[in-house]
Amino acid sequence: MSWLSDEAISRLQAASALPDFGGTRYRLVDRVGSGGMGVVYLAEDSILGRRVALKVLDFPDASGELAARLLREAHILARLEHPGIVPVHDAGTLSDGCVFYAMKFVEGRRLDHLDVQKDTLFDRLRIFQRICDTVAFAHARGIIHRDLKPGNVMVGSFGEVLVMDWGVAKILSSAPKSHNQAVPAGNASTSIHSPTAAASETAHGEVLGTVGYMSPEQARGEIASLDTRSDIFSLGAVLQYLLTTLASTPPQPLSAIARKAMQADRESRYASAICLGQDIGSYLDGLPVSAYPENIFRKIARWASRYRVAIVLVLTYLIVRSLLLLWFRR
Amino acid sequence: MTQDTHIGGSSGKFPATQWSAIGAARSNDPTERTRALETIIASYWKPIYKYIRIHWGKTDEDAKDLTQEFFVRLIEKKYLDDFDPSKARLRTFLRICTDHFVANEAKAARRLKRGGGAMHISLNFSLAESELARANVSLTAGASPEPIEEFLEKEFLRSLFGLAVEELRTFCQSRGKETHFRLFEIYDLEDDGAQRQSYTDLGAQFKIAVTDVTNYLAFARREFRRIALEKLREMTTSEDEYRREARALLGVDLS
Repeated sequence: MSWLSDEAISRLQAASALPDFGGTRYRLVDRVGSGGMGVVYLAEDSILGRRVALKVLDFPDASGELAARLLREAHILARLEHPGIVPVHDAGTLSDGCVFYAMKFVEGRRLDHLDVQKDTLFDRLRIFQRICDTVAFAHARGIIHRDLKPGNVMVGSFGEVLVMDWGVAKILSSAPKSHNQAVPAGNASTSIHSPTAAASETAHGEVLGTVGYMSPEQARGEIASLDTRSDIFSLGAVLQYLLTTLASTPPQPLSAIARKAMQADRESRYASAICLGQDIGSYLDGLPVSAYPENIFRKIARWASRYRVAIVLVLTYLIVRSLLLLWFRR
Repeated sequence: MTQDTHIGGSSGKFPATQWSAIGAARSNDPTERTRALETIIASYWKPIYKYIRIHWGKTDEDAKDLTQEFFVRLIEKKYLDDFDPSKARLRTFLRICTDHFVANEAKAARRLKRGGGAMHISLNFSLAESELARANVSLTAGASPEPIEEFLEKEFLRSLFGLAVEELRTFCQSRGKETHFRLFEIYDLEDDGAQRQSYTDLGAQFKIAVTDVTNYLAFARREFRRIALEKLREMTTSEDEYRREARALLGVDLS
């Protein structure tokens, strides 16, 4: 009988723990990572000859609630066609009973793995604006994310910014109904189950999200009353993270924007992700931001900063001209 | 089934699935009972032998006698009738039985002549001894390299996977898929230090496309998983226990 070393046993354990893609169009390539309620695998779609990411439920789920939640996430992703949201291709159940969905494989890095030295304030703010755009789109479709954090944002190798992990997203009651609930099955061996109504909603009092990024009302489990402003709080926390991980002290207007987004009283926060993104845009353009009241000195400082090139040119011109006048009068 | 264990006369083929060796070991049908005990012994004799060698610090000759005698007693005295899966795992139960047995044997100074009964269990001890040598563990009494439950769990897993690998080899050979098994053997079983062959290297070595390497390995791993789970199911008494063990030992969620 074969002698199996400890290393071989570990490899076999890993191989055994892998989901069974037998009978599907997918061929496992590698394990990419885990998070939320599933493990993400890199696989090859043997029919289309492309690489995809497969999120597979990897937790005991006697009640079927987690499976319903994973499929619900796939449904939500299918509803949100946006450059900032990873497109879902397929969903179903593997032959070993594990529920999965297939999505575009994104190569890149998570926002919480930023390079402190390389990623400038400008880079970070551009990324943050793209996050705001994506969240604003989801809000417009009646969906709140509820778990926005740097770990759930991917920055692709071509600069694309993707908001990931919509597993605890909430469909607001006023949301427009999806006209297409059917998700194409990969082949005859996969099947899709519609998430049950019971599993699609989080119970009032249940706390889902990440401490440090969830709004106070979310932390209190006030699920029924959560609205888009809860995501605004989380966006503010993400901005705060981006600012505090800078190599230098963040500018005051940006800190003020983060503070406004993270107000405990949600009435005092930005009204929408668009407004938050616009304030960031204003800062980048050297315009006043709504979260940062300015006195005359601050206005002058900002104005000087915004037009510093023109000011330098004019001052240089005036100095040179004065020197020339003095020279010719001698 | 591996050929390194054999109880008395001939044994039949085991049912592939939904069969619990623990339950069958309590059967009144002698044939069923023998098949069940052979399954249990095949999975546990090496862990028990190594346990006696390492934890009790017995010489290889003493450990051979004790292991042999322990499993004879297990069958003749029907130890497994006392096993309650709700109270302990089978490996824990067997360890406790082994401890009692070895302690009593020491007290009795082996006054009983071993192996004198009608039953004989053939166990390939040289294989177990060579495994111990390769593992390079201390054989001083009580010197197991990790907590004893962990040690037994790992040895049980090594035994279970070893049996599954052998069955996979036979399965692949019977279907003309020797290359599938060979790839699995090279990529997943062999230790080659930091230098692990890439799929491209393997494709070149076997003169097949890289996608074939992926597919062949996927096939072998899938079949290995199926066989390992079947063997684990044989070692459990209920669906719930089977799921728990699959999760604990193999990291497999069978929800």
